[in-house]
Amino acid sequence: MNVSNLMNNYPEAVAMILFAIGFSNLLLQKNLIKKIIGLNIMDTAMYLFLAAKGFIEGRKAPIVTDGVQSVEAYVNPIPSGLVLTGIVVSVSVTALMLSLTIRLYRRYHTLDMDEISTRLKKEGL
Amino acid sequence: MRFVQNLPFISIILTLFSGSLSSIISGKWAKRLNLFVIAAVTVMSAAVLLFVLGTGESYVYMMGHFPAPWGNEIRIGVLEGIMAVFFCVVMLLCMLGGGREQEAEIEAGKLNLYYIMVNLLLCSLLALIYTNDLFTAYVFVEINTISACGLIMIKQNGRTIVAATRYMIMSLLGSGMLLLGICFLYDLTGHLLMSNIKEQVHILSETGQYHIPLLVSVGLMSVGLAIKSALFPFHSWLPDAYGYSTVSSAAILSSLVSKGYIFLLVKIFYRVAGFDIITDSKVVNILFVFGICGMIMGSVSAIKENNIRRMIAFSSVAQIGYIYMGFGIATEMGVIASLYHIFSHAATKSLLFISASGITDASGDSTNFFDLTGAGYRNKLAGVAFTAGSLSMVGFPIFSGFISKILFAQAAVDGTWKMLPTMSALAISTILNAVYFMKTVIRLYTPEKKAVIRAKKFRTIPAGECPAKSIALVCFIILNLILGLCSEPIVGLIRQGLEMFA
Repeated sequence: MNVSNLMNNYPEAVAMILFAIGFSNLLLQKNLIKKIIGLNIMDTAMYLFLAAKGFIEGRKAPIVTDGVQSVEAYVNPIPSGLVLTGIVVSVSVTALMLSLTIRLYRRYHTLDMDEISTRLKKEGL
Repeated sequence: MRFVQNLPFISIILTLFSGSLSSIISGKWAKRLNLFVIAAVTVMSAAVLLFVLGTGESYVYMMGHFPAPWGNEIRIGVLEGIMAVFFCVVMLLCMLGGGREQEAEIEAGKLNLYYIMVNLLLCSLLALIYTNDLFTAYVFVEINTISACGLIMIKQNGRTIVAATRYMIMSLLGSGMLLLGICFLYDLTGHLLMSNIKEQVHILSETGQYHIPLLVSVGLMSVGLAIKSALFPFHSWLPDAYGYSTVSSAAILSSLVSKGYIFLLVKIFYRVAGFDIITDSKVVNILFVFGICGMIMGSVSAIKENNIRRMIAFSSVAQIGYIYMGFGIATEMGVIASLYHIFSHAATKSLLFISASGITDASGDSTNFFDLTGAGYRNKLAGVAFTAGSLSMVGFPIFSGFISKILFAQAAVDGTWKMLPTMSALAISTILNAVYFMKTVIRLYTPEKKAVIRAKKFRTIPAGECPAKSIALVCFIILNLILGLCSEPIVGLIRQGLEMFA
């Protein structure tokens, strides 16, 4: 384990740190909005990771211009496709989480998950 | 290519299409459409299963006519076929059994939205069963989560919204880990199709390259899916989600949704990584330990519970523990036992949820344990059905639960150091199961004083009052008996399916 490996792969290292930050925010924050922000950081870290893995030094985006059709001229297009799919998924999940948050806020007038749990217990049902 | 080979793809598209169609038709027609689609998919899956049994080998269906490393594909063998048929049958019976409750509990204008979710759920389950592409599996895992969340929160009260939020948070943590694992694996192997990944993983494991990243990737995927399927200690959302949603939702969530993720995990074990690599990696030992903890702790929580719906929900935690314990034994027999327990638990838990709704109907809609006294006399069929389900869960012979317990015990015998913990956990868990299920059954058949019945306005419900529910209950009992009495051919099918799975 030496430092030069880390320097060569610094986008991946950053992505992992961001993933950890997002993951722990989603897990540990009490505030629902902060949880959702954590979710988005986590997903974005994944896109950074995929983009970093798909990039090849000195090549261009995989769009055929000037008639260059050699495979060697372009970066790997599949990770970009995966990122696009991932963005679609994360947008819909975020929208669902936000709508749930609105429902909870209207009912309990707070965004604190612990507070909501206590009020729920008092409410009984 | 024969026409029948197209049917898996057609059934996925049909459910997806009927989901969008449900959004523009009235709730009543959406219900009919939903029942029709599930029945049609059942028939189609059965035809596919018969075809695969006839040819004796699995086949690959190319999507969009792009060949293997580039195109997306689905793959169908005996195990996929039997899983699809069984899931469809259970879903059909759940929808039949809870039909009347949905109309009562969901706002009138929103009934069709419920059926959109059910159709989407079936679509994603079928896709999870059939797909041969890891990233497609991830996308459908998310669709599954979203539609399951919809099923929980369609009944609007504080409990269900909080439960849905908790469910989403836990699920998103799980799918984040799953996605990270898939990305690692894609980077290591350069493929997304499961069969191609397996070839590359084989080469990697032979040369010993990238050992740790491979291990991390498999670990992330296993733990992610374990969180999503509510393995102890990630089950905190489960009792509220199952306990306060509508009957059909609870039955479908407990018997099918978590099983879809587990099936994907089996797929990852066998088709993506190869089972010997998984057993070498010691990841299964973690699942084993948490499975055993879940078996005990789930039952202990169920004993403490006074609400019958939440009690059944906690029992699900214990049963999920059984399934993960089977994977943890890390022999083929253990996986067969787990797969059999998926069937057994799906048939029994939905029976319990639906019969519990019949029992609470006869007790003034109270789910409190003490209001259920004598309910077995007031709603005879539901009482019998609940008793049958309880006996199956406890592991009484002739019911399905007995066979799965035997299979687990057999699997444990050829395991190594895992034999003693497995056997003791099975024994303790059986006793604990018996404590809370038999307690409830005895309560159901303890006669209640006439004065109390009159004071609380409990009514007697004849079996003919809601024919659909009665049919569903009888079918579930028969399904349980079939699983319990004809286990030999079913286990044979599972074994055959597992052989052609990899």
